Amino acid sequence: MEEIGNLIQGFATVLEPFNIGVMIIGIVLGVIIGVLPGLGGANGVAILLPLTFSMSPTSAIIMLSCIYWGALFGGAITSVLFNIPGEPWSVATTFDGHPMAQQGKAGEALTAAFTSSFVGALFAVIVITLVAPLVARFALKFGAAEKFGVYFLAFCSFVGLSKEPAFKTVVAMMIGFALAAVGLDHMTGQLRLTFGFTELLPGFDFLIAVIGLFGIGEILLTMEEGLRFKGQSANINLRVVLQTWMELPRYWATSIRSCIIGCWMGITPAGATPASFMSYGIAKRMSPRGKNFGKGEIEGVVAPETAAHAAGTSALLPMLSLGVPGSPTAAVLLGGLLIWGLQPGPLLFVEQKEFVWGLIASMYLGNIVGLIIVLTCVPILAAMLRIPFPVIAPIILVLCAIGAYTVHNNPFDVIMMLVFGVLGYVLKKCDYPLAPLVLALVLGDKAEEAFRQALLGSQGSLTVFWSNGLVGSIMLLGLIALFWPTIQNGLARLRPRRAV
Amino acid sequence: MTTPTIRNAFGAWTALWFAAVLGLVPAQAQWQPNRPVEFIIPAGTGGGADLMARTIQGIVTKHSLMKTPMVVINKAGGAGGEGFLDMKSSRNNPHKIVITLSNLFTTPLATGIPFNWKDLTPVAMLALDEFVLWVNAETPYKSAKDYIEAIKKAPPGQFKMGGTGSRQEDQIITVAIEKSTGVKFTYIPFRGGGEVAVQLVGNHVDSTVNNPNEAVAQWRGGKVRPLCVFDGKPLPYNEVIVDKLSWNSIPTCKSQGLNMEYLMLRGIFMAPGATPDQVNFYVDLFKKVRETPEWQKLMQDGAFNQSFMTGAEYVKWVTTEEQRHRDLMAEAGFLAK
Repeated sequence: MEEIGNLIQGFATVLEPFNIGVMIIGIVLGVIIGVLPGLGGANGVAILLPLTFSMSPTSAIIMLSCIYWGALFGGAITSVLFNIPGEPWSVATTFDGHPMAQQGKAGEALTAAFTSSFVGALFAVIVITLVAPLVARFALKFGAAEKFGVYFLAFCSFVGLSKEPAFKTVVAMMIGFALAAVGLDHMTGQLRLTFGFTELLPGFDFLIAVIGLFGIGEILLTMEEGLRFKGQSANINLRVVLQTWMELPRYWATSIRSCIIGCWMGITPAGATPASFMSYGIAKRMSPRGKNFGKGEIEGVVAPETAAHAAGTSALLPMLSLGVPGSPTAAVLLGGLLIWGLQPGPLLFVEQKEFVWGLIASMYLGNIVGLIIVLTCVPILAAMLRIPFPVIAPIILVLCAIGAYTVHNNPFDVIMMLVFGVLGYVLKKCDYPLAPLVLALVLGDKAEEAFRQALLGSQGSLTVFWSNGLVGSIMLLGLIALFWPTIQNGLARLRPRRAV
Repeated sequence: MTTPTIRNAFGAWTALWFAAVLGLVPAQAQWQPNRPVEFIIPAGTGGGADLMARTIQGIVTKHSLMKTPMVVINKAGGAGGEGFLDMKSSRNNPHKIVITLSNLFTTPLATGIPFNWKDLTPVAMLALDEFVLWVNAETPYKSAKDYIEAIKKAPPGQFKMGGTGSRQEDQIITVAIEKSTGVKFTYIPFRGGGEVAVQLVGNHVDSTVNNPNEAVAQWRGGKVRPLCVFDGKPLPYNEVIVDKLSWNSIPTCKSQGLNMEYLMLRGIFMAPGATPDQVNFYVDLFKKVRETPEWQKLMQDGAFNQSFMTGAEYVKWVTTEEQRHRDLMAEAGFLAK
């Protein structure tokens, strides 16, 4: 019960007028940052970090974490409207969010995305409030083998997602792995597949690939199809919000499952991006409406958004209690903590009570304020689809180019973005799915590293992946997910016999 | 009456002209940035270099030490090669500085990318980062000697050393420990110092050579134990951290039979072609930064070695260190073929 008392004190801190002010400013800035592709939460927080040096640590972390919540909300906006993920974790939101927008249901999709984000975050904050120390200990159990297990599970639960032939899925995934392998090999410290081009030294950044494949590819497709957006007839009044809310409780099972996946992935710390993919893949498997996924099913928006936001929020926990950031944004926040003279680690919860509980209270309030702000914007955002394509396409192109440039301040990245755009267009015309490529690109090198770290530790023995209960059950879950269609077939064949 | 005045004035002008040519006149020396200064970090967010650069940015902003803003940019690709190559190609751009870590030497040596520190203009050494040998606090090893004895008894490669990156400072130190004691570790590279520290707390590796600020939180929390510091003499910081122990109570590795000293450069370089007055501006700037309480706190929290060098002395230090890294890496077989 001590936690509750601390939390109430935290609320008292957050409810000071100045702190509420910085909270609203933070959310609005965060939404803008989330909307701009490339300029992700991590960059945004890093750029705005110096602004906070004159504030007290508590006000500063409220502002920065609110920028983070804002970015998490904002990432969904362009995914739904223009098929351009503003953040890596909103890639999975495009799968059903954009088809919904094309059917004139942009308002519904946005409302569902924002509301599920809120639910995910709220669930994660409650987890943080109640079981913070326990959860921190769980995170410590994750060595290289366990991490590989989590990535393996993410890949497995995603395979078979696309309706394209398995061969095409595998090809797309292999292209992703090959792209992820370019650059420095962190395990040996040597360069791979750069062929002497120093431009390839940093490898292919996931963000640039996504901006190109989705953003530019989409614009090229739209140009071919007659220079106009589908879905101009979007409903643009606030009633949409209420109607969607009526519908959302139906997806409670998906919601809860996604919350758990998200929290788990955020703490382990695999991060929000794999959480959103995994949650989408599993929802597709488990949902009775799974066949409609990818065609504009609202549940396909609920699943990734809930998980991404739950993961993004719970990623702050390992940062606070262990000093290990669960996401790039958390890493920048960690730098901020140190600059303000706070030492993250096991003692932070003991020594800096006011700060920690102020932050946790601001997670509750920040998400509520964020939800209200973004929901009131739904009609305005949906109305953006009414702007004629010849007007908005150049704006999107310019924003994409700026976004690609800001990732590393490198003009070469803008060229890479265009190359990826053409690649995305070609792949789409040939009916190759983009999602497996993106998943492999974002997780490929991390999975490879964890795999090799685990094998180094076990001196080359593969049994390390079954060496304890934790990693063993994760790997088993992965295998079940991978062979689920076969298992289902087998079960279906068994059933009639039993009936006989 | 007028002639001497004219002569004086003429003399003064000549003197001024000569002085100007020699760069002695203050008016000439006071170069100032007239647009935002980009501060490149050849490493990822959240690491030691990143933290130092962002603290400097905060100090410069808070104390208004510069008229234009300072913008921090991470260029971590290719073990920092991305950042260094970017600096190299920014010839004659005085609005770009880079903070370095040991990858100034190790990255070009290990990967063979076309870069050498001589491509840049040295500005100043800000500090040197220490390295400490850490084990999990649950283990029975009370000293580096105990630990090395235990490794000697086990089959080679059974003990795991976790570290940041491959063929970089952590692995170089590991190889040096192996050379001086005859033990054999399995070295496991991770992405960042914080991750390495947590792997140690979770017992996934047996020891690390984390920098002080990467492991101090876990030390204070009673999760890890320092065995020795890779410096010539014990650290000067006496503030108690946990159980009456301070940084000062950690013995040197040399006194424990590990014949290795290693310090990592935290220094500043400018792009090629910088003029002396541009360099002087930054030297002055960093002198002012070093005087602030925020900087002092950073130094104390991270138990830094506070050496400060500029000019020829700095160049000489960097030259010696480069040769040393080349030797160490050649011995370990880490040089690019």
